[in-house]
Amino acid sequence: MKFAVLVSEGPYTHQASDTAYNFCKAALDGGHEIGRIFFYHDGVNNATRYTVPPQDDRNIQQRWSKLQQEHQLDMVVCIAAAQRRGIMDEKEAKRQGLDGNNIAPGFHISGLGQLIEAGIEADRLVVFGD
Amino acid sequence: MATKKMLYLNRRAPYGSVYALESLEVVLIGAAFEQDVSLAFIDDGVFQLLKGQNTTAVGMKNFSPTYKALGDYDVRKIYVEKESLEARGLSREDLLDLTYEDENEGYAEKDSIQVVSRTDMAGIIEQNDVVFSF
Repeated sequence: MKFAVLVSEGPYTHQASDTAYNFCKAALDGGHEIGRIFFYHDGVNNATRYTVPPQDDRNIQQRWSKLQQEHQLDMVVCIAAAQRRGIMDEKEAKRQGLDGNNIAPGFHISGLGQLIEAGIEADRLVVFGD
Repeated sequence: MATKKMLYLNRRAPYGSVYALESLEVVLIGAAFEQDVSLAFIDDGVFQLLKGQNTTAVGMKNFSPTYKALGDYDVRKIYVEKESLEARGLSREDLLDLTYEDENEGYAEKDSIQVVSRTDMAGIIEQNDVVFSF
């Protein structure tokens, strides 16, 4: 089955991001396809490479980047939600006149149309939120 | 591109969190994809459609006038759960008047809002291909 995944909460505060990750991993291990993972609301905070959790805790952000690399996943961060919360790639930081960017490897910033399209193209859209 | 039945399920009050505003942003962008769109309001989500919202004291933008534009975006099916209204001491009269123009009936203005029972709401959710829950 082809899934699309919407992640609506940030890392650590809510379990949604952990559950979304576990779902994606299990689906891929089970031979299913993940068409796109879309990060919206505080979910965009999964995409900052400046996350530094304590060493005895999981690194949620790096886990996403690794999963993306292993499976060539399409991981999209909503641009409007990202701008509200200070998640920037190089191009967007430059356009906004900011002194740096913080997006993690494997994520890219795009528009909400990518969420709608993911819902249309997948057999199932699964929302992970609060 | 395929046409799917898409439901935006709104569960939260308009200003305690950003979900309502960001849900509305998805609806407006999604309109360009010409899908079969419905909106549903349950639990505290019914507060999003209240008439006479005033956000001056909380310092947030009152985005409720945007719901009035939904008809122009071809969003014609807006379902509000009766039990959620009643539990909050609200009724249809407390909600915005949201309309669309029916091109099959001489562009007559029609009511977009339908108040439905919890049982019917379950059926509506079931009938949709894609449910965005906010």
